[in-house]
Amino acid sequence: MRSCRDITALVSQGLDKKLSVSERLAIGVHVMMCSRCRNFQSQSQFIRKAALGYTVQLQKRLDKKN
Amino acid sequence: MLLSAEMNTSNQLSEALLAEHRPVLYRYALLQLKDTELADDAVQETLLAAWQASANFEGKAGLRTWLIGILKHKIADHWRRSAREVVTAEFDQIDNDADEVDEDDFFMSNGHWIGGPTTWNDPEAALKQQEFWAIYETCQNNLPPKMAKVFMLRELVGLEASEVCGETGLSDANYWVTMHRARLRLRECLEVRWFNQSKKENNHA
Repeated sequence: MRSCRDITALVSQGLDKKLSVSERLAIGVHVMMCSRCRNFQSQSQFIRKAALGYTVQLQKRLDKKN
Repeated sequence: MLLSAEMNTSNQLSEALLAEHRPVLYRYALLQLKDTELADDAVQETLLAAWQASANFEGKAGLRTWLIGILKHKIADHWRRSAREVVTAEFDQIDNDADEVDEDDFFMSNGHWIGGPTTWNDPEAALKQQEFWAIYETCQNNLPPKMAKVFMLRELVGLEASEVCGETGLSDANYWVTMHRARLRLRECLEVRWFNQSKKENNHA
């Protein structure tokens, strides 16, 4: 049984590369039972979206300055 | 225009191929120059220089890596001209982080969360609020410099993991660790400064 530390590390890697079937299974089983890791999973996806949105925000803000 | 001129021989990089990389180059330039016009100019100059020098492109490093190399020179030129030497090449001068902390801040020795992620109320709605972006920026700025650089190259500029490693000299293993820490830190910061705050305000925000 993998710990929350290991599972979140895998979740994080999964955002940047394709995980193996067994890794994805390990995550799936773990987050079914663990709400904190489930939250981490959705929130790290949200952070990715926010990071992309931030560049758009930054551009808008800098445009106003000109 | 020069770019559509007669020299389209087979070993010439096409304008369309170069233009594909424009968004990534633009975000890279914008994050460093913090000025939309200057960023536009730097990217334009980069694509023009690349097109003119495309015979020199050997394809070993990958086109985007090559383009970013040219862009870096353009940005460095800009700083040299404007004498704002202090801020020279933010992405380049940082080698390591003084405050190297690790996941031990987030996990107990048995690997269980200390505290750990609570459920966020309607995160999508936050993206529509100006105040959220100020908090997001603060949280991002609070990352240790090298971590911030790696995170920004991946998530803001949009480079692939392998390209980020090439740009920063990180090993694969260090890359995974750094990105994971960055996400853990950002997540916690956003939770404390934004999502827990809006819970207190009882849907007032």
